[in-house]
Amino acid sequence: MKIEVNQSTCVGSGQCALTAEDLFDQDDDGIVILLHDHAKPEFQDAAQRAASLCPARAITLSD
Amino acid sequence: MPSRHRTVVVGASTGGFTTAESLRCNGYDGRITVVGEEPHRPYHRPPLSKQILAGEWALGDATITSAATTPALSIDLVLGTRATGLDTDRRTVKTTDGELSFDSLVIATGVSARRPARQYALAGFHTLRTLDDSTALTADLRGATHVLVVGAGVLGSEIAAVLAKRGLAVTLVGRSGSIRFGQTGSLLSSRVADLHETNGVRLLLALDVIRLLGTDRVTGAVLSDGSTVAADVVVAAVGSSPRVEWLAGSDLQLADGVVCDSAGRAAKDIYAVGDVARWSDTPGTHSARVEHQQNAIEQAHAVASTISTGIPHAPDIVPFFWSELYGTRIQAYGRFTGAGTLDVVAGDPAEGKFVGLASRDGTAVGVVGWNLPRAFRIARAQFTSGTADIGERQLAP
Repeated sequence: MKIEVNQSTCVGSGQCALTAEDLFDQDDDGIVILLHDHAKPEFQDAAQRAASLCPARAITLSD
Repeated sequence: MPSRHRTVVVGASTGGFTTAESLRCNGYDGRITVVGEEPHRPYHRPPLSKQILAGEWALGDATITSAATTPALSIDLVLGTRATGLDTDRRTVKTTDGELSFDSLVIATGVSARRPARQYALAGFHTLRTLDDSTALTADLRGATHVLVVGAGVLGSEIAAVLAKRGLAVTLVGRSGSIRFGQTGSLLSSRVADLHETNGVRLLLALDVIRLLGTDRVTGAVLSDGSTVAADVVVAAVGSSPRVEWLAGSDLQLADGVVCDSAGRAAKDIYAVGDVARWSDTPGTHSARVEHQQNAIEQAHAVASTISTGIPHAPDIVPFFWSELYGTRIQAYGRFTGAGTLDVVAGDPAEGKFVGLASRDGTAVGVVGWNLPRAFRIARAQFTSGTADIGERQLAP
């Protein structure tokens, strides 16, 4: 599963890093940092949850 | 042959659209119809008082893009259509475009901006809730020099901050003696007041607008101490009212919103999510209406799960909101009612960056982040897991 993030719409809520800390982190301003641009099968559920909880919908997943 | 199950969602903003999308993600294969009063595709409201008002984003940038990997969500989006009534016996919603029958109904009609009764028909007077409100306000700001913002809460503060940044002379008037900043009450009042004053906004607290001045167009306002404020544009951010007028006469329980149980159920097969919904926190406890986007998203996920599995899902959704004033990111997570103290757990308030743990009677009830979003998130996780330590440095409110 491929993960993309949009740093220009990210609002720094931190929902993604709270939900999937293996995949996402934040910079000092809270903006998303993508740690891995592909989610291994065991992280796919967490990636889905992070994307669905992102208030800015700044995370896009594709197969 | 039984007809295909149908879910009707009334309201096409964050709560409504997220419910529809989440139903599909959960494998729900019935029909989904989402009815929206506004003509626009579902959009995010928070940017209206931030990036869009600042002129940094075009209107279309606020459009909600689907988070789902499902290529076709197969949702009937019926826009520009308003719900006008509900018949729970016949399981139909009346709309301005005819009747819709449902097997499950999700009410997500949100709130409307409260308008002070007096003279709101004057040109130059605005509220800010919708994309159209935003367009009208932005158009009116061309050529304006003085703006009066009425209401010193989160929305009023955000509007004042953005307009000051745009070079306008801004007066911010609040009825309360302190700035009530969302769920944090007056915990952050003096800090928010300092931000406004440092950035040139004239802040007038413990005052109310008695009347607007002007004949066709607003020219200013008279305040409760008899003084006047000149203004080319007045923006009121004085609260909101749940959109339940279309439910009058239905047998749903209405009390400042749609009263629901802890799984968002207002009646059999009828749910409410988002700003309009009053969920009880946990079974049997006091019910509350929470006007935050994250709350709408999490309620939408819960209701979608309940509808698609048939098993009631009643999550404990802790209120979380964020704001931005003059580049300072403010975040709050928790239930702050009655919290009187804020202890610094990271950063330094003197440098304008800190994370604080709010307490009531010695018990931590919430986390506040002030321009330190990453540390806030870590403190929030510790708070949730019960491992946060109350620090030694206590902040004056």
